Amino acid sequence: MSAVAVSRRRGHRVKGRTVLLALIVIGAVLLPFALNAYWLSTAVFVVIAAIGAVGLGVLTGYAGQISLGHAFFLAVGAYTAAVLGGNDHLTAAIWLPAAGIVAGLCGAIVGPTALRLRGLYLAIVTIGLVFIGQHVWFNVPAISGGPGGRAFPPVQFGSFNFGVGQQMTLGGVVIDHNGLYYYLSLLLLALAMLYVFNLQRTRVGRAMQAVRERELPAAVLGVNLARTKVSAFVISSFMAGVSGALYASFLSFVIPDQWSLLLSIQYVAAIIVGGIGTVWGPVLGSLVIFALPSILTSLFPQTSAGGVPIDDITSIAYGVLIIVFFVAEPRGLVGLGSRLAGLARLIGARRRPPRSRIQETQPIEGEEAT
Amino acid sequence: MTQFLQLFFQGFALGCIYALVALGFTVIYRASQVINFAQGGMLLIGAYLVSVFATGTRLPFGVAVALAVLLLAAGAVSFQMIVLRRVIGQPVFVLVMITIGASIVIDAAIPAIFGGNPRLLGDPWGSSALHVGGVTLNWVRIWAVIVTALILAGFFVFDRFSRYGLAMRATAADEEAAAAVGVPVRRVYALSWAIAGAVAAAGGLFLAGFPNSPNPSLGDVALRAFPAIILGGLDSPLGAVVGGIVIGVVEVLTSGYAPSWLGANFSDIAPYVLMILVLFVRPYGLFGTRPVERL
Repeated sequence: MSAVAVSRRRGHRVKGRTVLLALIVIGAVLLPFALNAYWLSTAVFVVIAAIGAVGLGVLTGYAGQISLGHAFFLAVGAYTAAVLGGNDHLTAAIWLPAAGIVAGLCGAIVGPTALRLRGLYLAIVTIGLVFIGQHVWFNVPAISGGPGGRAFPPVQFGSFNFGVGQQMTLGGVVIDHNGLYYYLSLLLLALAMLYVFNLQRTRVGRAMQAVRERELPAAVLGVNLARTKVSAFVISSFMAGVSGALYASFLSFVIPDQWSLLLSIQYVAAIIVGGIGTVWGPVLGSLVIFALPSILTSLFPQTSAGGVPIDDITSIAYGVLIIVFFVAEPRGLVGLGSRLAGLARLIGARRRPPRSRIQETQPIEGEEAT
Repeated sequence: MTQFLQLFFQGFALGCIYALVALGFTVIYRASQVINFAQGGMLLIGAYLVSVFATGTRLPFGVAVALAVLLLAAGAVSFQMIVLRRVIGQPVFVLVMITIGASIVIDAAIPAIFGGNPRLLGDPWGSSALHVGGVTLNWVRIWAVIVTALILAGFFVFDRFSRYGLAMRATAADEEAAAAVGVPVRRVYALSWAIAGAVAAAGGLFLAGFPNSPNPSLGDVALRAFPAIILGGLDSPLGAVVGGIVIGVVEVLTSGYAPSWLGANFSDIAPYVLMILVLFVRPYGLFGTRPVERL
């Protein structure tokens, strides 16, 4: 086939992707107007969690370092926000970045352990981080309010805050408390995704992927392992810190129990469900993992069946779905997507006149091999 | 001194339970490089099965325990055969996530079926104890030590001298090479789950003994056995035992002697602190093998 046909076809693809992206953005922006308060607050939690998941995606998905300590970094961000915003009454323009920075510093301290430890050893040491963190939260009431928990400040810029009951009118459109959090988080999520999208093509990003694939050859080829792993930890925990601060602020009251291993596990599940080593994977995964409990709760009648608590039923369904999902599609939602795309292409190829193989296997521009 | 001996004994007994849990982890890890997050759930099921057979259906205690061991081993094998076998060859983390899913199901199913309140275990020991010079030795703890010693001895003999023990070690060393010389690798996987299930039943039983009782949060103990397997090295059964006992002793001793500025319940995280310190010196644990890499 001629080069013209190839380039036209590729142009077609890029255009298709731009249209899809535009549709997703428009859909995400209009979403709050289609949802009631229950679903909108669920959407806020999903978007906030997605910020943290994108961060974990850098560490685990791109740099290949399995961490079950994400809950710790979320908590660090949240309590930074609580101390600066709640105790010292600073604006969110200070405490939101500060939450990321403090969590990032913690990441820089923890990161070097990944130089000594590999694979599941690292995973379990980071579990230790969650427990040691919880011990601190339980025992330092000045920061965390002790076992009883503490209140978290609403996001506040100048005199305007995002507290319950607040609303903002923009050109006749009223955005309520949930909507404000939604748009702020959506904006930050978009920034995080853009950052990761660019990161994967930089020197540091390529180094991370080399470390993920095979560490020793990467080092031999001149990748600075220490710098690469530590920067992955710092980026990941920065995003976790921001996500944790927003999460606690939106919840407005958090007890130390909530920064548990289960939270970490949910984040790992989210990036694996979505698809490891992709920009969209963590977002899709968060959509599944963090919205599923709300969906399940709304499906089952609130009156317990035969005296069985509703929470137990939803947990059982949640666990079963995780098992079924991984058995059915171990590569994650992105794998499911590429399988569907392959199917669509197959159907399309049957209708259209046959093309050469080269065109069919032409990689989509900008897409990373996983 | 009496206090020290008392704490040491308690720690040693707890350490034996950790050793059983850790052995379950190690056996599965050695066969398939998977950390079984459902191990805690299996302990929980073990404790409840014993409790149901011993107090509900009023079987003799020994029969109840034997039934629980058999059922749990069978359940673990069926889980491996029905679910995990389908994803063999996928990245390890997919398998790990499936065991996490299983643990979520078990942790919710137990309170859904039996309610959230503690049950009676139905063991013949209760709170009875042996008193030796001021030190109280609870019978349930003494039995925990004895049974653990027997199980471990049995396991090591099996591992060292039986055909399947050899098959398990061969699979652990190199799965493909083992399969090539005719080791039934699939059967080895199933067997490792059976062993983990049986060991979990025993661990759950003693975990639920006095002053504990079968209750839905019993499985959390498995999380505290993580430091034990890491301390010993993930792929070393001997390490699991040594690590388990060390962790148990350290945990109970810190609960007795930790200064108050370390905060309440510091003993809960002492195993993790110890683990991190050890890993800085020996990154593959005390008995783990350092993987050899080639370019």
